[in-house]
Amino acid sequence: MPEEKNIKNKEIRKLPASTKYYEYFAIGLVQVITAFVFLILFLVLGKIFYEGAGIIDYQFLTEAPRNNMTEGGIGPAIFGTVSVMFLMIIFAVPIGVFSAVYINEYAEDNLAQRVIRASVNNLAGVPSIVFGLFGLGFFVLFIGKNFDEVMGTGLLLGQPAMLWASATLAVLVLPTIIISTIEALNAVPHSQRAAAYGLGATKWQTIKGVVLPQSRSGILTGIILAVSRGAGETAPVLFLGCAFFLPQLPVAYLDLGLFAVPFINPAEQFMYLSYHIFILATQSSNPTLTMPVQFGTAAVLITLTVLLNITAVIFRFKFRRTLQVVREN
Amino acid sequence: MKDVKIYTENLSVFFDYIQALNNVSIQIKANRVTSIIGPSGCGKTSFLRTLNRMNDLMHGFKMKGEVKIDGVDIYDDNIDVVNLRKLVGMVFQKSNLFPKSVYENLIFAPKLNNIKDKNKLDEIVERSCTQASIWDEIKDRLNDNALNLSAGQQQRLCIARALSVNPDVLLMDEPASALDPISTSRIEELIFELKKDYTILVVTHNMQQAARISDFTAFFYLGQLVEFEKTTKIFTNPSNKQTEDYITGRFG
Ligand SMILES: Nc1ncnc2c1ncn2[C@@H]1O[C@H](COP(=O)(O)OP(=O)(O)OP(=O)(O)O)[C@@H](O)[C@H]1O
Ligand SMILES: [Mg+2]
Repeated sequence: MPEEKNIKNKEIRKLPASTKYYEYFAIGLVQVITAFVFLILFLVLGKIFYEGAGIIDYQFLTEAPRNNMTEGGIGPAIFGTVSVMFLMIIFAVPIGVFSAVYINEYAEDNLAQRVIRASVNNLAGVPSIVFGLFGLGFFVLFIGKNFDEVMGTGLLLGQPAMLWASATLAVLVLPTIIISTIEALNAVPHSQRAAAYGLGATKWQTIKGVVLPQSRSGILTGIILAVSRGAGETAPVLFLGCAFFLPQLPVAYLDLGLFAVPFINPAEQFMYLSYHIFILATQSSNPTLTMPVQFGTAAVLITLTVLLNITAVIFRFKFRRTLQVVREN
Repeated sequence: MKDVKIYTENLSVFFDYIQALNNVSIQIKANRVTSIIGPSGCGKTSFLRTLNRMNDLMHGFKMKGEVKIDGVDIYDDNIDVVNLRKLVGMVFQKSNLFPKSVYENLIFAPKLNNIKDKNKLDEIVERSCTQASIWDEIKDRLNDNALNLSAGQQQRLCIARALSVNPDVLLMDEPASALDPISTSRIEELIFELKKDYTILVVTHNMQQAARISDFTAFFYLGQLVEFEKTTKIFTNPSNKQTEDYITGRFG
């Protein structure tokens, strides 16, 4: 006998009170936990900015530390961080973007390709101290030392230096750049590629003229996130030329006769914001006196990364919008 | 025959194990409009894409048989696919303009051919837009983003863009299926104009459209070419029962 279609037989009465309270409890719990996360964030940032904001002024941002680091500023550390990031981008962006183009556009879908993709993903999960050791072993002791020996440059590159710190950080952020570039390339609709091919574009012309321009903001998002990650790392630069205290900027002058052009000297040691915080907290002869400087440095570093992340969000938003417009048409 | 532009002999197309076309032999006349009709999935798009080798980009694509354009085997090893596609232009079902200015869309292909001279490029832009009867509407909007044009204008701009490389053959895959009646009739008029200079193949699901615009009609069913005739003949007196059923709307 078919079931009778009768509303009386169906359970449409209100749920028992216990179920209802259980529901409230679950929602409440989720809310409390979320609030807790925000609270922690708020406390950490609040404390840092409350304690550190006061000390930040033009002098703090430009001058070198003084008086056992209890006074003065963090100018060299900011300069070092920016220089290292600059070099890191120069190394990581071409390699990262072209690897992604190769993996996504050229490589055949076979075992080797999948192994490469998996390696890239796993590389992203390697602890950063391991990259530091790798940098020391590979870049400094292998490439640097051999370079010096072959070129007879004495002890130029065979020691920890900005060049190797940047190169190591570049390796560290490569997965970030590759993965986000692959995502960006993948997001370009097939119809756009078909349009280019249909007009007689070669594969490279299609990539250069259509795919890369349309994924530009997506790629930029990845690059900015990579910079924000690199600027916050301490472990990899630890053995790679990060200096405790270096009042002089790692700048050299290229003598052109009439005048000299300053340039960042990548063979020099450098100061680094995140490492500077570590030093102030652990190596100072008087940690209490350096406290305000620590907070100020942390506030600067956080502001820097937050600004970078906001820029990344803006670019991501732009990227989504372009793609949406392309798709909807 | 001299006026045969495209000639296929026992053309079969596969995507992995799916057979999309089965022994298609057809002779398409130069400077004529040929409609390709048939139910969804019968291989119309696959057929068009075989003619400019866009199928080469598809995963698992294989083909058997012969395809000749102007007597040249386009699947010969000596053929440069990229140059072939400049000769056999394509317009897609949904307009796929680049998110750039109207002008940049139109010079994309000429620039691939290393045309850099500004006057030359301007000339090409005007010529292809005039041919696509869109010049009057966009001559003042060349620097606007192409995606801001109306859907009908976008599709005609796609046609203009395809014409910018001076092709011989124009493949159109349901070029008006996403458009309103007025835009559709403009495209139809345009196709009629263009056949003076181009050999045109149009895939359409609209029987009236096929009857209006084409000189010849090919009916595909399950990957096979069932009937290929003068349009007047096929729509008044089809020789095949399946064709008759399809064009009278009894199936498909
Ligand atoms: N890239 C591909 N990979 C696998 N199968 C495909 C591919 N392209 C087409 N096919 C298959 O080939 C057959 C013919 O497809 P095709 O797109 O040519 O049909 P169509 O006549 O254009 O249909 P529609 O009217 O819906 O556009 C279908 O069975 C389809 O699933
Ligand atoms: Mg189709």
